[in-house]
Amino acid sequence: MEIYWLLGIPLTGGIFLALWGCRKHSPEINALFSLLTLLAAALLTHRIIENGPMTVGGGWFFIDSFNVFLVALTAFVAFTTALFSRPYMRIEAEHGKLNDKRLRLYHSSYQIFIAAMLLALTTNNMGILWVAMEAATLATVLLVSLYRTPASLEAAWKYFILCGVGIALALFGTILLYFAAEKVLGSGGTALLWTHLDGVKTELEPTVLSLAFVFLLVGYGTKVGLAPLHSWLPDAHAEGPTPVSAVLSGLLLNVALYAVMRSKVLVDGALGNEMAGNLMMGFGLFSVVLAAFLIKRQTDVKRMFAYSSIEHMGLITFAFGMGGAVANFAALLHMTMHSLTKSAIFFAVGHATQKAGTQLMGDIRGLIKTNPTIGWGLMLGTIAILGVPPFGVFASEFLIITTAMHDHPWATPFLLLALGVAFASIFGKVQPMVFGETELPKLPYQPALAPVFLHLGLVLMLGLFIPPYLANWYRQAAQLLGG
Amino acid sequence: MSLTYHLQIVNLLAALLLLISFAMLSQRRIAGLITLFAWQGAALTASTALVAWSTGQHHLYYTAALTLVLKVIAMPWYFFRIVKKLDVDRDVEPMINIPTTMLIGIVLVIFAFNLALPISELSGTVTRSTLGIALATVLLAFLMMITRSKAIPQVIGFLAMENGLFFAATSATYGMPLVVELGVALDVMVGVFVLSIFFFQIRETFDSLDLKHMEKLKER
Repeated sequence: MEIYWLLGIPLTGGIFLALWGCRKHSPEINALFSLLTLLAAALLTHRIIENGPMTVGGGWFFIDSFNVFLVALTAFVAFTTALFSRPYMRIEAEHGKLNDKRLRLYHSSYQIFIAAMLLALTTNNMGILWVAMEAATLATVLLVSLYRTPASLEAAWKYFILCGVGIALALFGTILLYFAAEKVLGSGGTALLWTHLDGVKTELEPTVLSLAFVFLLVGYGTKVGLAPLHSWLPDAHAEGPTPVSAVLSGLLLNVALYAVMRSKVLVDGALGNEMAGNLMMGFGLFSVVLAAFLIKRQTDVKRMFAYSSIEHMGLITFAFGMGGAVANFAALLHMTMHSLTKSAIFFAVGHATQKAGTQLMGDIRGLIKTNPTIGWGLMLGTIAILGVPPFGVFASEFLIITTAMHDHPWATPFLLLALGVAFASIFGKVQPMVFGETELPKLPYQPALAPVFLHLGLVLMLGLFIPPYLANWYRQAAQLLGG
Repeated sequence: MSLTYHLQIVNLLAALLLLISFAMLSQRRIAGLITLFAWQGAALTASTALVAWSTGQHHLYYTAALTLVLKVIAMPWYFFRIVKKLDVDRDVEPMINIPTTMLIGIVLVIFAFNLALPISELSGTVTRSTLGIALATVLLAFLMMITRSKAIPQVIGFLAMENGLFFAATSATYGMPLVVELGVALDVMVGVFVLSIFFFQIRETFDSLDLKHMEKLKER
């Protein structure tokens, strides 16, 4: 039952906000719908913890510890982002960057986007998973071009075409998967259900599945932002409104990686070798290294953190590629940490750029003087994402690197080098933004910084102490992925 | 015996599909491109209906009807309207000259056939030899997207790619489950709708639909 609430609330929200238009309280209504979604997610999570994995709606939905954890994370970050976007979008409208029509589009698409991601996470059908991923892209294309500047249109076009091509390749992968499944399960609606596929994975034709996985990995990998198919990501993040950057970075990338992992479990079962894992490790490592060196060259603050997202998604993909209980555990933990920290950073960066009226890092100075909370939020967020203890990112990165040292020592120098380069360049650029001299004016509305500190507080807490039931939950999810 | 007869017609239609893909690569005008796209949709409809009839897979009739309505009637009509409204039916200048593109296309076809070979051998369906053609159509559409700099040809390339994928689905597996196909069709429809909003935005901002204006965002 909770599942219908979970999907129904954001969908209703999207339709309602489209009809309601942009009135005085639209941002609050947006936040309210997100809060209700979060409650539904909490109920669902509670149910899963109590009763274990379940299929709902005649096998159409499947919830286990792996996706329920992402559902909870998605609903949570979606809610805090809605809170953040309330004052943020008002200030943007005040600055004359947006009008009522565009705000209406923004609120409506935001809810539809959340609904599409939640559908992608909870569906049991690999075909519907594809449909939901594509729907999530379509919902965000017009959000990226919300400001209608030449640069934002270009970014949105690139986003649409690259992700469109990527997702078309994923569709071909899905067709191949169905082709293999149909032989074992018979044709018809059930042959694409993940639970059914999982039951017969050892009987699936290995040659077809290995080809299918290549297409699925490249296809969904484009959305994860894996190099060399990442080039849409920094543009979309930098040119879209900041709340959109926060949900793209914090949520969409995770959901795409989720799709890859669901496929990997099947392919591993069919092939019985390391092919899928090795491919993921290769793509992951390449992304980490490439992104780290590109971070060094950035001048735009949102672009820089977008590259940092590519780096972290690469790291998570690498960890999932290594496989095994510890690496999967670390990857899941890192997924959580990255989502929370990166969205917190984007919240702080959003207000900082509004204050300075530019996204160029060279022109943003002395945040700590004019607005200490933004300054501290950005500084602490940066420290957290760079993996400084005691923040949680340190714990997950430490686990990933020690596992890599143990299982794949050749990869360790690359990882350490990339993390070192990223550390030096990001820290070196953020430090003057926070502590330099400045004469920037105050913002017209009180910025929403509660979400920033809430996220960072959680990351700090998880770095110091992971509650046993949560650790248990991660462990179960890691087990499901073949630990 | 009658099965082989059908098989031959499906193969003929597959060849037609591939031929149209090449024709699209060499087409210079946007209006011509849209017409070719409609013909490709028609070939797809015919082959889907034929597979449905010869194998008794009734849900494929729905797929065929969907393709007919969306890709032969609705979308071409819509594109013609946009082209008229935006007044952009001039020569499409490809970024690589056409003979070179054709040669690259031939290489892609050979590659696609080789890639599909081991899978075609496994397939038990009557139409297995067409999987290679489907993959080739996808790759050729991809090539078209790369070599064109205008917005509408890129989108038609994208949709031609979708055609290739649908053909792969019918030829290798007698079509995906209906609900998935409906979902895919919905996504494609919404996608075209979103894009047409986009065309107007691009046009408004750049005064042209040439994507050459959009080369600001590069890694410096």
